[in-house]
Amino acid sequence: MNSPYLAKSPSVAQIMAKVLLALIPAVAAYVWFFGPAVLVTMALASATALALEAVMLKLRKKPVKPYLLDGSALLTAWLLALSIPPMGPWWLIVTGTAFAIVIAKHLYGGLGSNPFNPAMVGYAVLIISFPVQMTQWLAPLSIAQSHLDFMSQLGYMFFHALPQGAQLDAFTSATPLDTLKTQLHLDKPMAAIMSMPVYGAIGGTGGQWVAAAYLAGGLYLLQQKIISWHVPAAFIATIFIVSGTFHLIDPAHHASPWFELATGATMICAFFILTDPVTGPTTPRGKLVFASGAGFLTFAIRTYGGYPDGVAFAVLLMNICVPLIDAYTQPAVFGKKK
Amino acid sequence: MRALHRFNGGVHPPEHKGESTLRPIQQPPLPEKLVIPLHQHIGNSAKPLVEAGDTVLKGQMIGKAEGYVSGAIHAPTSGKILSVGHEAVPHPSGLKDLCIVLAPDGLESWTDLQPIDHLNMDPSTLRNRLRDAGVVGLGGAVFPSFIKLNPGAGKRIRTLVLNGAECEPYITCDDMLMRERAREIIEGAAIMRHMLHAEEVVIGIEDNKPQAISAMREAAGQSMEVVAVPTIYPGGGAKQLIRVLTGIEVPAGERSTDLGVQCFNVATAASVYRAIRHGEPVLSRIVTVTGNVKNPGNFEALIGTPMDHLVDQAGPLEGSDGAIMGGPMMGFDLPSTAVPVVKATNCIIVKSDALFPTKPQPMPCIRCARCAESCPAELQPQELYWFAKAGNFGKAQEYALFDCIECGCCTYVCPSHIPLVQFYRYAKSEIWAQEREKKAADLARIRHDLRQERIEREKREKAERLAQKSAQAKTAEHSQPEQK
Repeated sequence: MNSPYLAKSPSVAQIMAKVLLALIPAVAAYVWFFGPAVLVTMALASATALALEAVMLKLRKKPVKPYLLDGSALLTAWLLALSIPPMGPWWLIVTGTAFAIVIAKHLYGGLGSNPFNPAMVGYAVLIISFPVQMTQWLAPLSIAQSHLDFMSQLGYMFFHALPQGAQLDAFTSATPLDTLKTQLHLDKPMAAIMSMPVYGAIGGTGGQWVAAAYLAGGLYLLQQKIISWHVPAAFIATIFIVSGTFHLIDPAHHASPWFELATGATMICAFFILTDPVTGPTTPRGKLVFASGAGFLTFAIRTYGGYPDGVAFAVLLMNICVPLIDAYTQPAVFGKKK
Repeated sequence: MRALHRFNGGVHPPEHKGESTLRPIQQPPLPEKLVIPLHQHIGNSAKPLVEAGDTVLKGQMIGKAEGYVSGAIHAPTSGKILSVGHEAVPHPSGLKDLCIVLAPDGLESWTDLQPIDHLNMDPSTLRNRLRDAGVVGLGGAVFPSFIKLNPGAGKRIRTLVLNGAECEPYITCDDMLMRERAREIIEGAAIMRHMLHAEEVVIGIEDNKPQAISAMREAAGQSMEVVAVPTIYPGGGAKQLIRVLTGIEVPAGERSTDLGVQCFNVATAASVYRAIRHGEPVLSRIVTVTGNVKNPGNFEALIGTPMDHLVDQAGPLEGSDGAIMGGPMMGFDLPSTAVPVVKATNCIIVKSDALFPTKPQPMPCIRCARCAESCPAELQPQELYWFAKAGNFGKAQEYALFDCIECGCCTYVCPSHIPLVQFYRYAKSEIWAQEREKKAADLARIRHDLRQERIEREKREKAERLAQKSAQAKTAEHSQPEQK
């Protein structure tokens, strides 16, 4: 053994466990407002991720146990499961997870070596390949026209079977961001759009509380020093300032900045996705640049792009820039500051 | 009150200092033999002045400083020289080096000591005395002190910093020295101040040593400032302490004297005092013996005392498994404790699995940058690690590899348990090896070129001589008939 002989926790596994723990409030809120289907999605994604992780570790001749227990595959599975519609067909979940673990993670060298956020790669593959399934979101329970019981939901996910007489449209709906885009396209006034039942006080009905739970989990991670303030602060501030500016100039076509923060994947991205250390920059200034860029791209894609939310592509585009950002934001060393 | 500054990062490992400060500094019994290495300082080995069979007196010089950067070595007690040869010295590799083996006679008969009154002496005389007394930095770096007390013409030293921070866990030798011999330290500091013409003396002690702070304050009176600095590792690194006390950042590769600051360990100051005012060379030092032992404590050990001897005094406990020389953050594994205490030996930690559990297998770097947050040199350890691992040493140097002080904070906080410091040590030694090779190659090329030139020149000269000769011969032939 060599010095230093001492080590301080947390280990990688402990860090991942805390991040998983920080996701629990959001999962609880999700179940409360949208029903338990998301738990099935998470379980299926987790099982797929762990199985494929084990296979890939075996193929790559890595020790299976320590890597499987590091929690990184589980975290990828959860983040992907929370990003896709909660009642998607089983093959959608398996395909997305497989892409995330096998291609985005292990083919690039596994833990620590993947340049792109695996969960976001999985999401991007799915939204490009299966746009229909990827936009069938469950409506919040409080406003859905009819309910599917849990067994029927399972029947839909695994056998593509709906009970006699049930209509998919009756319990699914477009997301608040998607609805906004469509309605603005139909020249509906902003005030009228915002009074639709899919919208709550700030963001989407139900969704705004899930976002608040992500925020709470993120604050826990900050308090535990698992993440630094740079990424969430820069991301949230950029979205707020950019969307706020557009809202001030043209309120008829741009929702309030608070809406942009409370809808879509803004909060999960700020605290759980962009903060992935493997695919982000390491320097403090680099983190600010990276997260601001992602915030700007998220707003741009939401507002002008063809996809309902911009987070996944914003993250992947910024992932590409990480080596450059790191190289140009190296801080001065001790005694050599200007 | 002095406004304190801070440095980046640092860590708070468990201190484990209480165990070894329960009892006063102890005098261990005289060991059966002393093994005194001739290379106990930075620079050249001392040149042996004795042979096997010689009788020596306590304090007699037995190794002479060789060249400028070197230090003298003395007999720590009176006795007979058994041998001058290669013996195992404290080194991670179990290296053997030239040592003088001395069998004490138990009489402790001193050589003639010549105390001097420093106020009537010019600094250069005092420096020579310190060189001959073998005074070197006792904080661990063992750099010859007389060199650091020679700032050079035209250099003004504003602040003399005395380092009593002792930031590494487990080590308490400076703490105990300050508690018990504060006056010697202060007197030594006064001599160094006189030599450097320093305007002020500031003594930095981490605030986890209240007894040492009050003892030093009492001894210092109004003449010097004793400052309690925050306890944070590596706050006792010279650069970190200078930063905290003065706000000055000494860049890597520059001397602090050029910025008007000089820094010495408190134990060095005490040995300066003894060397000047009592004429006593460095014969012993305080060593903390702690870890998995029954009676952890501090010993005033003669240089050359086998470490076994000290460990036996402290009483190793069951489950002891090897020992560390130095602290747990920067020290190294001793292949065996059958090696002598040297001037750099501040601490011996007896290891056990309970105290230092084996670290888990390293995982890949997840780029979390906790290492960068903890780095007191403000480096990007994760970048250095990737470059070192890839053998990209040029890039590692570009990212200031040689500014790394190897304090180990990065490794301490790494959630993947990657032995980062090991990678930096490896990269540094590779770069040094490459530079040596390059130098050797350059030298060979120059030699080759010179040789070619010489051969060419000799050929040319030979040809010229031949041409001349034949020309002469020709003229001679032509003129011969006329001579007849």
